[in-house]
Amino acid sequence: MRLWTQLQRRTPLGWLQLKHDRGRLLVALAGIAFADVLMFTQLGFQASIYDSNTRFHRALNADIVLLSPKAQNLQNLSTFPRRRLFQAQDVPGVISGDGLYVHTLTWRNPDTRLDATVQMFGFDPDAQLFRLPEVNRQQQQLKLADTVLFDRGARGPYQGTIAALSKGQTLTTESERRTLRIQGLYSLGASFGSDGTLMASDITFLRQFPKRQAGSLSLGLLRLEPSANPDLVAEQLRRHLANDVRVLTREGYIAFEQAYWRRASPVGVIFGMGTVMAFVVGVVIVYQVLSTDVAAHLAEYATFRAMGYRTRFLLVVIFEEALVLASLGFIPGFILPLGIYALASKATFLPIAMTAERALKVFVLTLMMCSASGAVATRRLQAADPAELF
Amino acid sequence: MAASIAIDGLQHHFGRGALRRHVLQDIQLRVAEGEIVLLTGPSGSGKTTLLTLIGGLRHGECGSLRVLDRELIGANDRQLTEARREHGYIFQAHNLHRSLTALQNVRMALEVRGRLSAAAMDQRAAVMLERVGLADHLHKTPDQLSGGQKQRVAVARALVHEPPLVLADEPTAALDSRSGRDVVNLMQQLARERGSTILLVTHDNRILDIADRVITMEDGRLREDGRAA
Repeated sequence: MRLWTQLQRRTPLGWLQLKHDRGRLLVALAGIAFADVLMFTQLGFQASIYDSNTRFHRALNADIVLLSPKAQNLQNLSTFPRRRLFQAQDVPGVISGDGLYVHTLTWRNPDTRLDATVQMFGFDPDAQLFRLPEVNRQQQQLKLADTVLFDRGARGPYQGTIAALSKGQTLTTESERRTLRIQGLYSLGASFGSDGTLMASDITFLRQFPKRQAGSLSLGLLRLEPSANPDLVAEQLRRHLANDVRVLTREGYIAFEQAYWRRASPVGVIFGMGTVMAFVVGVVIVYQVLSTDVAAHLAEYATFRAMGYRTRFLLVVIFEEALVLASLGFIPGFILPLGIYALASKATFLPIAMTAERALKVFVLTLMMCSASGAVATRRLQAADPAELF
Repeated sequence: MAASIAIDGLQHHFGRGALRRHVLQDIQLRVAEGEIVLLTGPSGSGKTTLLTLIGGLRHGECGSLRVLDRELIGANDRQLTEARREHGYIFQAHNLHRSLTALQNVRMALEVRGRLSAAAMDQRAAVMLERVGLADHLHKTPDQLSGGQKQRVAVARALVHEPPLVLADEPTAALDSRSGRDVVNLMQQLARERGSTILLVTHDNRILDIADRVITMEDGRLREDGRAA
């Protein structure tokens, strides 16, 4: 309350000073906006790596996932015995379980007729393994041998293929000397690990990869009774099953994939460093502006000191300037990345979008950036000595 | 009569070691309450140094320096800052803040003391600016005012909180003779009304007549010239 009355009677000197020198204000705001845009871009790409690599996981219709202890990520899943899936269904709370086969496939791009790599998922067309309405609607058609559905979000020169399929046409292409019929489309999206995906029946899958055995699953997907606690059931499954299988909850499986990319791929680190660099650039720009501003007002500050103002008053003025700059600079710094995100997600097929969490994070970073610059700029205040200046 | 300023055996040096220079030597000075004293002398004689010491802008070395019943020799930064709030200081340049209007500049002298509400401060600052003849210029920034007007804003700023002691360092140096005269008359008039003491450093012979007393300084020593008219 006292602080509020104090604020009300205070002349907003920092703001008035900034407002007075429009040119300096614009330079500072442009610098902050630039740093913010860089930070948003870096953090956006970083988040999109993790998001894109877990879109498959989040689309799974499963409460608990079984996988091999040797599994590293979606591209290197290894296999485990199908018996474990049947044994898992003895545990109370488990309603049903289905197997999923995953393998990387080199096929001929129907557009370019050049070899390309996609990921193929094979499953029983009578079971609903994905929370993807387009897949659920079309999966009965997969019962026809060598029929597949194709990912609309695939990265690469697939425009012609997607356009034709959208019109309801059926395309054929070749892979490892077999002919595949592409029957329809669904949306999953490219990730850092794979350019695109195909859905097929387990029969088609096993015919495509004769070395893969029906008894060796890539993933086992369990659905639980609505009342069951997934963590408790997972714990029971770990005790019930042999240790040649790993049991993860849905959230645990998403975290497992994210942890891999965080650990094994340098991209997260690179974007993290990019963010730090943007922060440093911001500190330098804001410091330049604030210290020029202090230098330009030294005589005025010395006068305030002669009038009996404490050094603390001048510090507050500089931090006020820093906070005003941070808040105003954040506005363009927030708006511009919205456009950049839209362009980038179009160009890379990666999911990049603004989140409230990231906006808050960058705003806090902006405040820190400006305060740090302000703190360095205050060292120049020592020169504001009325006895030396007059 | 009580003394506003009482100085005994004040010494001051600049520099260190071989470059150490004696700027003030054994100063004795007594200025009574309500007195108007002019301090003149050639450049480099130590006038401004003495003024900044009295104004609490500089730490004193030795001797005794009592200003408004406060001993400033040996005072720490905080005590000096407190002391400054009791003074009105007028500089050679107007030293107004460029980003603030005349009213806001004058208000800053009240804000530092932290007693009045925002409305009361604006009111007092406006009344003070009317007294110095700037009623029509309250909301102009310094670059919209002439040199004389700016110095009058500075006078208003120095006097708005009714300080018992006004210190001025060549307040007319940057002004033509008419504006200079106006500013000094204004200072004299306002100080008389309130019984404020004025110590004014100047080179300007044209304004000697406002003083009760003129003191000359030479090579760091004071020489009393006696009372003016």
